[in-house]
Amino acid sequence: MKASAARPLAGSAALALACLAALFAACLLGSTPMEAERVLAALLGQGSAGDQLVVTHIRLPRALSAFAVGAALGASGAALQGLLRNPLAEPGVLGVSATASLAATAALYYGYAATSAWAVPTAAIAGALAATALIALAALRTASAVTLILIGVGLSSFAGATMNLLMNLAPNPFSLADMINWMLGSVANRSFLDLAFAAPFLIAGFGLLLAAKRGLSALTLGEEAASGAGLNLRRQRLLVVLGAGLATGAAVSIAGVIGFVGIVAPHIVRPMVDHDPARSLLPSALLGGLILVLADIGVRLVPTASELKLGVVAALIGAPAFIWIAMQRRSVHD
Amino acid sequence: MMEGRSTSTANRDASGLAVSGLRLMARGATLVEAASFGLRAGELIALLGPNGAGKTTLLRGAVGLARPAAGWARIEGEDTATMAPSRRARRLAYLPQTRPLAWPSPVRDLVALGRFAHGAVLGRLRGADRAAVERALAACDLLQLAGRSTATLSGGELARVHCARAFAAEAPLLIADEPVAELDPYHQFRVMELIRAFVADGGGALVVLHDVALASRYASRLIWMKGGRIVADGPPTTTLTAARLADIYGVRGRIDGNRVEIEGPI
Repeated sequence: MKASAARPLAGSAALALACLAALFAACLLGSTPMEAERVLAALLGQGSAGDQLVVTHIRLPRALSAFAVGAALGASGAALQGLLRNPLAEPGVLGVSATASLAATAALYYGYAATSAWAVPTAAIAGALAATALIALAALRTASAVTLILIGVGLSSFAGATMNLLMNLAPNPFSLADMINWMLGSVANRSFLDLAFAAPFLIAGFGLLLAAKRGLSALTLGEEAASGAGLNLRRQRLLVVLGAGLATGAAVSIAGVIGFVGIVAPHIVRPMVDHDPARSLLPSALLGGLILVLADIGVRLVPTASELKLGVVAALIGAPAFIWIAMQRRSVHD
Repeated sequence: MMEGRSTSTANRDASGLAVSGLRLMARGATLVEAASFGLRAGELIALLGPNGAGKTTLLRGAVGLARPAAGWARIEGEDTATMAPSRRARRLAYLPQTRPLAWPSPVRDLVALGRFAHGAVLGRLRGADRAAVERALAACDLLQLAGRSTATLSGGELARVHCARAFAAEAPLLIADEPVAELDPYHQFRVMELIRAFVADGGGALVVLHDVALASRYASRLIWMKGGRIVADGPPTTTLTAARLADIYGVRGRIDGNRVEIEGPI
């Protein structure tokens, strides 16, 4: 028991260090590579004006955005998997990201984005909360995770179709390009301001998920036995739905749709924390952040004519992982 | 078989569970009507009845997981339906019919979930929680399996793990829904011995059983249900009769002391 208590802590510490290293590397690498001293000097505010601009206004906010998005999706995935007792639950698969993205796109399309900087994040979060609540409502009626995932597929398709409709009717190529950005998912050209608008929702979401943490362990038993063991099921559902909705909405408001991080990160973490969804929460957030920071470095370094979108790369890696995890499952659990 | 059990009895209270005039409904259908019974320390009650008699619904209503349409279920004077779940769980351990576990957790973690209502955090058990978990593991003969994944256990072993989880709560009352379902005869006895030891140690237990012989052997009281109502409640010597078996299950049976032989359908 001592070993299993020490392992996740050491694992989280190692992950946190790896995240810091990746964030630093993201500041070093790019179209014009910079030595570590120059990056350090720029970070401390002592570099040349050009270095300062590149590091603190372009590379660092971009890397931090990737980290925040990955962490939000990793934690939301781990929490939703614990709540629904299924390793395939994730904001992307359940249609939460797509719905959030649709709401954000609609805010752009109807020009609300110009009226207030809060419009897009608020719309994304409202969309995410609505979708998460719908999934949770469905979860009350059915014990079958397959049904929930099918509802998620339906939600994603509907959001996708509505987005296509908006694109179809887009008034000019500029708004079309904007919308494509949201659909494909990217953290390019993000500023600290974008992060600041998402931060309150991210923090609130993480806070709610942490409050729901211990109950996720109890749900291993199933809902009936967990409530028998003293879990307040209604409160637990509310905390996870609100927490995952806020965090996912905030992530979408920064980067648009980025799928599968919320599946892959908890899946890797789970065997290391004795399959306890509570203990997988923090490491999943860190690993989700790490994966996206590294993927975004890759996106920036790959010499393609037009820059690859982070969401595209994440799906190219994540979707096969999703299929693999689904194929490993025994039908007993449904 | 189970002499080694030594659970603390300090927190056990003589007053138990009282159920009065309970009516439970689902989608307009009445599943349980006018059910009244009591469960006290030192009692091992077997709840008997055919499939669909309302046994599980009655248990859920008694535990407070189903809201009664009429009547009440109380522990120490408090309604179970409105009690804080953790407060209720510290007084009454509930084992529903077993469902597949969501994750292949280690046995010790699963037993530790019995301490959920005491605030236990998996992987970081405090003194009292840790001690209760170790006691429950020892009582159910699971110390050798404590580090194993529950995914690798047999049905009999898993049944003992769930018992240990209930015992780890160290609640004065235990309600278990078919704890010996799908177990071989040896493990049926094994689990019933564990529950008997819990009762001998000052607990009170209500157990749904389908095996009348097993019930008459272990229970101090039998509650018979049919069509959503309790039709008889008393010790096996008075309530277990050939006429009762015919009425409740529609079978012919011979009763000799606490030996029961079911001969076939009527």
